[in-house]
Amino acid sequence: MSILTLSTFALLQAATPQGDMHFWPWLAASGAKLILFFTIYMVGVAYTTLAERKISAWIQHRHGPNRVGPNGFFQPLADGVKNFMKEETLPPYVNKAMFILAPMMAFIPALTVWCVIPWGASWASPWGRVDMMLADLPIGFLFIIAISSLGVYGIVLAGWASNNKYALLGGLRSSAQMVSYEISMGMSLIPVLLFAGNVTLSSVVNQQASVHLWNVLTLSVAFLIYLISAFAETNRLPFDLPEAESELITGYHTEYSAMKFSLFFIAEYANMITQSAMIATLFFGGWDIPFTQADNVGGVSFPMVLLSMGIMAAKTVFFVFFYIWVRWTLPRFRYDQLMSLGWKLLLPLALTYIVIIASVMLALDAAGVERGLVYGLVFLGVNVVILGLLFLVLDRGRLLSPAYGRASTEELRRMRGIVTSRPRRLSPTAGD
Amino acid sequence: MSDFFYRVHFYLFGLIAIASALAFVTRKSPVAAALWLVNTMFSLAAIYVMMDAHFIGAIQVLVYAGAIMVVFLFVVMLLNLGHPDELSDIKGTWGKLGAGLLGLAILAQVMAMARSQAPKELIQPVGEAAKSLRDLNAVGVIAKPLFSEHLLAFELTSILLLVAIVGAVVLGKRRST
Repeated sequence: MSILTLSTFALLQAATPQGDMHFWPWLAASGAKLILFFTIYMVGVAYTTLAERKISAWIQHRHGPNRVGPNGFFQPLADGVKNFMKEETLPPYVNKAMFILAPMMAFIPALTVWCVIPWGASWASPWGRVDMMLADLPIGFLFIIAISSLGVYGIVLAGWASNNKYALLGGLRSSAQMVSYEISMGMSLIPVLLFAGNVTLSSVVNQQASVHLWNVLTLSVAFLIYLISAFAETNRLPFDLPEAESELITGYHTEYSAMKFSLFFIAEYANMITQSAMIATLFFGGWDIPFTQADNVGGVSFPMVLLSMGIMAAKTVFFVFFYIWVRWTLPRFRYDQLMSLGWKLLLPLALTYIVIIASVMLALDAAGVERGLVYGLVFLGVNVVILGLLFLVLDRGRLLSPAYGRASTEELRRMRGIVTSRPRRLSPTAGD
Repeated sequence: MSDFFYRVHFYLFGLIAIASALAFVTRKSPVAAALWLVNTMFSLAAIYVMMDAHFIGAIQVLVYAGAIMVVFLFVVMLLNLGHPDELSDIKGTWGKLGAGLLGLAILAQVMAMARSQAPKELIQPVGEAAKSLRDLNAVGVIAKPLFSEHLLAFELTSILLLVAIVGAVVLGKRRST
């Protein structure tokens, strides 16, 4: 305890206020931001669970939870109370220390990454400039990737400590999946880094404002790779192999109940919100108010700050909705499909894309094109060409036809070839 | 960054790193040992960050704690190694004695290195790290010397890693004949 006190004291003494603020206003602003952001985050997580159930009901033509409060509005509250009141089970033959440690190790990284996301324009307050993020770290989104890569420990340990074969399989699947997709995720961010010239999230937002185009338009292929990897990293459908109900009961958290299970649940939704905020910041302009430059001057008035925060929140909420929408629309991948998608398609694509973007940047700089709208439009053109080529290749000959449409004659012949080349060998006793 | 802050946190994370490293070598269970090693990596990353090497700190967590140790854990769990007594690498009194002596020799070397004066060109003036961090940003600080002064070493290391990858693929490939 005394170490903690000493550490906190040292931190306070060394804390260098950002911008031109004095110490006490800075401390007050940081404390207020800390409480506000984390309250919003936890309430947001709770209501995302309600949103998931309501949207799934809407997609499946049901009503969803509608008993607690008006139209089920207080359902998350009831769920929270229920989870606290339930019995904590501890199955025999589990590794007790690891079993208890695992939910915490899943929960803490999900909570920590929240502090580097910029939520709005800086406020030019009477006491100095207040940045609408908890910490503007020099390593920016690398911090988010590094810390969220630790989330896998919770899942792996839960699977191992449960002393349950299904849980172990879920844990092993998740470690293989998350390590694989982390690579393509990191690689897809390198074009963003090349563009912004820095890894801090604030510089990524400023760069998109200076080109007048969102990164989703100038770096669309990177966006697609990041989006797919984000689904795999958060273990959401169509990539929820670690907890595939029809194969593994519920995978790594089969043996968990009450609040320990709830921590895994909160971690999943928290990661989902964080990834949505990351997508909004990296590829959709972040908090930048569109069609105006008044918000990019360093410090703005309070209504403008609120407007920019509203814009960021709207983008984040949209991607949370998108996550849920995808979950209730697409079926689950097979495990080998998941692995070959990550290693054989996304990783080579990301590497090729880095080379292409770097070459185009070099060529444009050599030609003396200024960073501005023209610069962005060139990249838009390059991306349209690449996306067209990708579409042609990945469509596998069924041009613009649905997946269940008529296959080409060549493909039919190939499929017949598979059927005839492998005669079924039935044993004499089969069918007894 | 004030001196007091630096001192308190250097000793705090140093203590955590050493304690976790000791726990890492003394634990019998492979999974517990692997987790203690992760803890060591994490406190090392904290010390890197305090030395203004933010990028190295992030990469330490990302690569070692986030990827390599996960694969370690994966293998440990997949094999589900048997009784801890059978797992000891060093057998016999002479083996243990030799390992102890080697450990003492390395410890003495570390002590000697800590006491000796580093060459002048290796010592950065106070505040230089923070200044270059401001001028070049966290990635540029590493990237600029890496791709100019140390380019040959960098490329040689890449080739070495490539050879290792190709070797692993060849070893792991099922023989078709």
